[in-house]
Amino acid sequence: MTTQAAPAESRVVAPLGRRPGPVLAVRGLGAYGVISVRDEAGPVPQPGQFYMLASVESWGGEEAGRPYLPRACSVARARVEAGALVLEFLLEEVGPGTRALMSVGRGEELWLTGPLGRGFRAPEDGRRPLLVGGGAGVAPLVIWDDWLRTAGYEPSALLGFRDAHHAHGAELLPASRVSTDDGSAGHRGPVTDLLAVALDRDAELEVSACGPEAMLAAVRDLCLERAVPAQLALEAPMACGYGACFGCVVRTVQGYARVCVDGPVFWAERLADADRGQDG
Amino acid sequence: MADPLREPSRESPPDAGVRFCGLSLAHPVINGSGTFDAIAARAAFGEELERSFPFAAFVTKTITLRPRGGNPPPRLWETPAGLINSIGLPNRGIEGYLRHDLPALAWLPVPLITNVMGSTTEEVVELVDAVADHPQVAALELNVSCPNVSTGLDIGSDPGELERLMRAVRPRTSKPVVVKLTPNAADVAAAAAAAEQGGADAVSLINTLRAFASHPHRPGPWLGGGSGGLSGPAIRAVALDQVSRVAQRIRIPIVGMGGIQTSEHASEFLRAGATLVAVGTESFRDPVAASRIAAGLKALQLSANSGVHPSPVSGGPSSVSGGQPRASEKLLQSEGKGSSTLKIA
Repeated sequence: MTTQAAPAESRVVAPLGRRPGPVLAVRGLGAYGVISVRDEAGPVPQPGQFYMLASVESWGGEEAGRPYLPRACSVARARVEAGALVLEFLLEEVGPGTRALMSVGRGEELWLTGPLGRGFRAPEDGRRPLLVGGGAGVAPLVIWDDWLRTAGYEPSALLGFRDAHHAHGAELLPASRVSTDDGSAGHRGPVTDLLAVALDRDAELEVSACGPEAMLAAVRDLCLERAVPAQLALEAPMACGYGACFGCVVRTVQGYARVCVDGPVFWAERLADADRGQDG
Repeated sequence: MADPLREPSRESPPDAGVRFCGLSLAHPVINGSGTFDAIAARAAFGEELERSFPFAAFVTKTITLRPRGGNPPPRLWETPAGLINSIGLPNRGIEGYLRHDLPALAWLPVPLITNVMGSTTEEVVELVDAVADHPQVAALELNVSCPNVSTGLDIGSDPGELERLMRAVRPRTSKPVVVKLTPNAADVAAAAAAAEQGGADAVSLINTLRAFASHPHRPGPWLGGGSGGLSGPAIRAVALDQVSRVAQRIRIPIVGMGGIQTSEHASEFLRAGATLVAVGTESFRDPVAASRIAAGLKALQLSANSGVHPSPVSGGPSSVSGGQPRASEKLLQSEGKGSSTLKIA
């Protein structure tokens, strides 16, 4: 029901320009919102790709104010419903942009530009996929889990959240193990505690991770120490999403790379010590 | 799958065209340097970008003699109706540009304008020599928003320095040379006049305004590079003023830019004396904003030609431009006979 093509080529090309898509549903999920948008003109995205989103109405344009720029958002699900592609995005209010997106109602429209960036690549032969998420970083893992299951893999998932309220995000990946910072749901402590145990137990894993910078740095280190392949989906503030502004760079072993066009999914060994910014 | 906002530049009839420094352009909308990476955009949007390239000419990011990695992140800060950036001119250097970028731009359906920056006159001359003869390069743009490390003077802010630079560059090429002025000069019109005096074929303005964003959680700057440059609609009124003042001072063509989001905004710049307009930050929000603006300008021109009053231009106070109206109707007028005046003084 979801993505059909194998992510051998992990980038699906986007239609040129932005297009309006009607919002079909907005639902709360603990601390998050899940917004479903119909995308009639767009191709099915690859897991790990993202879209630039803005509300068609009430987005600072002519009249100024913030939000001004569109916001980058990983696609959490893509399914074909009654002949039309429906995209789902997981949002958490962290600023004026996400606030405006979360206040969009059913029947209103979002500007969509995408799918953009390079997504996840299929696991190496014989390796079992382990998905590791933190907070809203669960989003790309949901569509990746869908793809992996369709392709015959049996992925498992470890998800970390701040507290039980945020841990509702784990409902998107029902078979996952959960940790929370305050212990109000699942294991108490960082999700990387669970990852370390899993990696020590099974040497044939391949990790796909998305979450906050500190979590991804810890995932990278744990995996590199054990020579376990790891793909990390990064977040970075972006102005354009298609390589124009050079604003979203991350430090790699070969110098700065743009998260939007070189990523957002990077192999762990490519990433140098993090010094990235955070959402503005 | 039709996108109502898109209008392929190649399909634009010649009557929407404009001539600029000897180049025939399909319409008067180009990109500001550093606001569009045609190679990356080709990867993101595929062949459709070739068929429907939004700009009438493509201006590259600034190319320097040696490769630059750019500034440490964070590089962006959103302001009310604007964006502060501190990118730091990352580029492959002139060798990388010639070896990698130019071949990767072979598909470009529009003239290529190469933007270069050097920190001494000799460096700028070396850069101009390296690219000017290349058949793919239609014109050059000089980024002068940097200090001359030999003299300590800010090239673009000091009219004498700017004229000397332009006099050194002028004999090196017969291709058009555009000077990208800095808006942070005390007297932008004097800088423009110096560029003209030194032999520039055109000027472009405005570059970003120097700006600062405080770190929200601790003392000091947010941006990795310290301060940055402000762009977007927040600077449009400043840009319009500078374009107007420069237009009253010089006779060479002007590329006007700064916060243009609509064809009405573009029309204001044209009426203030610009021959071309450039779109930058708006392309971040809408990758084909330039196509939309060019189509809107054509509609304004058609209504002007058909005798309808040409200024449905929003009617807001901003449609009263400060400068001498320089007959934008003529600048936009039909080029059907292949003869369009660049600049009507």
